[in-house]
Amino acid sequence: MHGVTSPALAAARPERDPGVVIPFASEQSLLRFITCGSVDDGKSTLIGRMLYDSRALLDDQLSTLIDGQRKSRNGKVRLDFASLVDGLSAEREQGITIDVAYRFFNGCRRKFIVADTPGHEQYTRNMVTGASTADLAVVLIDARKGVLTQTRRHSYLVHLVGIRSVILAINKMDLVDYRQSVFDDIVADYAAFAESIGIETFTPIPIVALDGDNITAPASLMPWYEGPTLLAALEAADIPQDRSPKAPFLMQAQWVNRASLDFRGVSGTVAAGSVRPGDQVRIAPSGLLTTIDRIVTMDGDLPVATRGQAVTLTFTEEIDCSRGDVIAAARDPIETADQFEIDLVWMSAEPLLPQRPYLLKMGGRTATATITDLKHRVDVNTLAREAAKTLPLNGIGVCNISLDRIIPFTSFKDNSDLGSFILIDRATNETVGAGMIRFALRRTRNIHWQSLDVTREAHALQKNQQPRVLWFTGLSGSGKSTIANLVEKKLLALGKHSYLLDGDNVRHGLSRDLGFTDADRVENIRRVGEVSRILANAGLIVLTAFISPFRAEREMVRRMMAEGEFVEIYVQTPLEVAEARDVKGLYALARQGELKNFTGIDSPYEAPEAPELIVDTCSMSPEEAAELIVAQVLAEAPGNLENRQ
Amino acid sequence: MIGEAFHREARTDAAQPRRPNNIREPDSAPGGFRHLDALEAESIHIMREVVAEANRPVMLYSIGKDSAVMLHLARKAFYPSRLPFPLLHVDTTWKFRAMYALRDKVAAAGDVDLIVHRNPEAEALGINPFDHGARHTDMWKTEGLKQALDRHGFDAAFGGARRDEEKSRAKERIFSFRNTNHHWDPKRQRPELWRHYSARIAKGESMRVFPLSNWTELDVWQYIEREGIEIPQLYFAAPRPTVIRDDMLLMVDDERFRLAPGEVATIRTVRFRTLGCYPLTGAIESNAANIAEVVAETLHARTSERQGRVIDSDHAASMEQKKQEGYF
Repeated sequence: MHGVTSPALAAARPERDPGVVIPFASEQSLLRFITCGSVDDGKSTLIGRMLYDSRALLDDQLSTLIDGQRKSRNGKVRLDFASLVDGLSAEREQGITIDVAYRFFNGCRRKFIVADTPGHEQYTRNMVTGASTADLAVVLIDARKGVLTQTRRHSYLVHLVGIRSVILAINKMDLVDYRQSVFDDIVADYAAFAESIGIETFTPIPIVALDGDNITAPASLMPWYEGPTLLAALEAADIPQDRSPKAPFLMQAQWVNRASLDFRGVSGTVAAGSVRPGDQVRIAPSGLLTTIDRIVTMDGDLPVATRGQAVTLTFTEEIDCSRGDVIAAARDPIETADQFEIDLVWMSAEPLLPQRPYLLKMGGRTATATITDLKHRVDVNTLAREAAKTLPLNGIGVCNISLDRIIPFTSFKDNSDLGSFILIDRATNETVGAGMIRFALRRTRNIHWQSLDVTREAHALQKNQQPRVLWFTGLSGSGKSTIANLVEKKLLALGKHSYLLDGDNVRHGLSRDLGFTDADRVENIRRVGEVSRILANAGLIVLTAFISPFRAEREMVRRMMAEGEFVEIYVQTPLEVAEARDVKGLYALARQGELKNFTGIDSPYEAPEAPELIVDTCSMSPEEAAELIVAQVLAEAPGNLENRQ
Repeated sequence: MIGEAFHREARTDAAQPRRPNNIREPDSAPGGFRHLDALEAESIHIMREVVAEANRPVMLYSIGKDSAVMLHLARKAFYPSRLPFPLLHVDTTWKFRAMYALRDKVAAAGDVDLIVHRNPEAEALGINPFDHGARHTDMWKTEGLKQALDRHGFDAAFGGARRDEEKSRAKERIFSFRNTNHHWDPKRQRPELWRHYSARIAKGESMRVFPLSNWTELDVWQYIEREGIEIPQLYFAAPRPTVIRDDMLLMVDDERFRLAPGEVATIRTVRFRTLGCYPLTGAIESNAANIAEVVAETLHARTSERQGRVIDSDHAASMEQKKQEGYF
């Protein structure tokens, strides 16, 4: 081949036979694993060493290595493997890896995909991300330091996201003179901890990543160790396809294939078990029964499809099965529910807000979900449970979640595809959380909705009016309360029945236990929303005057009400004007830093994007604004309010 | 080369590392589910997810081996339906002639819609790799791609990039979010967990999606062999007219190639590991004239495939920077 080979390059190539050859593809399976440990434990070195020994490194990559080579104590040339693995330029400057990177190499029997994630505490989110697709974890320990806080943290996270195969790689054995007693003590120490968090078995291996001892070849300096090399252990570990081959069939419908008028198939990836033509299946959540007709692929119909295969199924009878539905063996139908207890890992810099609606995405199924109850937070360092009102970035907690619809599910320990999900922020579309279902809550089954004889329509008819929720939103000092007051007076004069919920007044009673953090603001609005709904059901025209700064919560309240009932009124006043008015002197306090989380100053106000009404307080008086609102609200029949300004 | 591989395998088996009692001796992959099957299934899953979620997906088609594999996987993912998205070729007018021939053949097959986009500004200015250096890639490829995506309103674009190609790609997500300017921010990537991908975007934003993220060069070759996928003959060794420039072996593919005074094209038996604009794509001397020989040679490759690409070697972090600017 063309190319110049320098003597330095030749020297950098692996000298001894590393015990690895690249086989032909037909016999290889695929194992994905994650390495956990910090830069100091030699994690990047270990990965670099594995790539090097398995000949996955190429000359141009090796030449980067040469620049970083250095002499060890015993005079051996040691290559700077870590430099290979640390990726992006900004990170190279900082000298750390800060994200998830994927590496590839081949063993005799397997192809390996390594997720490399950093060991620094603030990057729990990256580790959970890397671990979620891994079949196995290599937990790295510095032999000089033993089981550290971070070892416990990594092991806990690995177990949390469902990894059941753990290799404990005890590195830098050269720095403890290859002593077996050191190894044994660490193994005993780790075993006690592992048992306490539910890790049943693990494979401990003493290694020297820098020199390649027990990586692909056995280490002559540790004759007391008779276990496998790291590579041998990786080659022998279970992969998901090995596990529970007899599990009942499950597949989520990912895409409906309508190739022609005569062809309607359901495409998806088999999540558990296997399926054959002729098998009876039940679709969830509809519960419809049908029979598998064909398993269609471009290479011809299959006699059977098993876990992990991406296929297209057709049914003998035309039945409704759309994206997100789950096709399950008829004998073992999948459960459905809308409330769950879950483990939640929070991945956004914006903290979790209980009661805020998020999007839940489980494969092809999307629902609106709110965390209704944060039971406790787990300190990943001590594994202690702590009471908490919110989860910050990298926070882990156990909580209840409530969905706006019933979904088919399994527990996470039974199936990762149908027992886990991501949470997405509706406004930013960021993926903010990773959830794992423990079990469904039965609460909804026990609390039945009492049907009432006097209906909401009867209440409204008696008052001869259309119930409405006039939701005033705007900055502090924009004039919400003033205008709402005027509107209510006018409604009373017109013989209408109304009730005004004022922000300050509610704080004295209904919400007096709440503060002004984002989480508390969300809860405050939820309560006001629920009360408004009850009052509207009673036939009243409800007026509310709350800053209600977040779009997501106003949207949440809108969805609580009947169609057309919610009237969002944006009282529009520029911040400078509101601040200049400063009726209550609050802006001054906020500017002096004596009032925290003040909307417009150090807490955001998200203006409505499509309110039913906008009143501009700079161009009209409160009196005129009230006139406009009353005229608009009383003139509009239900449904006509869509004529937004 | 095949003989050598077998020889080495036998030696290693004799020196098999010791195994502990608690670890099961693995059989061959259970149920016949090999690593290529796992990779294929993952790619199909990704493609279906995009088609289910995106309003207007498109598949970037660069005529190379990765595009060929991606197209083959897409046909499998949606069979028996027609491809639910068009192919987009962002043309630079400087590809190898054999690539244009294969592209036109694919377009003529009738089961795909092919869009060809050439940056009109680059065309008007006569931008070329001989006179314009980095500007050539920037205008034809990066700008051309952005123009095409904007013009057609594509909100998700499949690309054939793999994580083993380059360091910055090793860290990129499968669903890679781009802002309204098509820029990638490596610090603000969405976490990707289990098999739950989020393709949610606001108006004007887009996703680049890489279904081959977890494939390696070897996987691609093995898959092409297994599936009998058609790729340009340039990937196979043949006598070709070449010159050596800056330690690169370039093929003189047409009369536009500017020979230096006294320079003559020499016939060498060469092949390509990646394909791009021909004046910017280095060949390797090789006798691997069919797919089996290419697979065997890839097993023993000592250089990474992108070494033959001028675009990557400008400086150490050049790919990362290009990606941030909107390059694929």
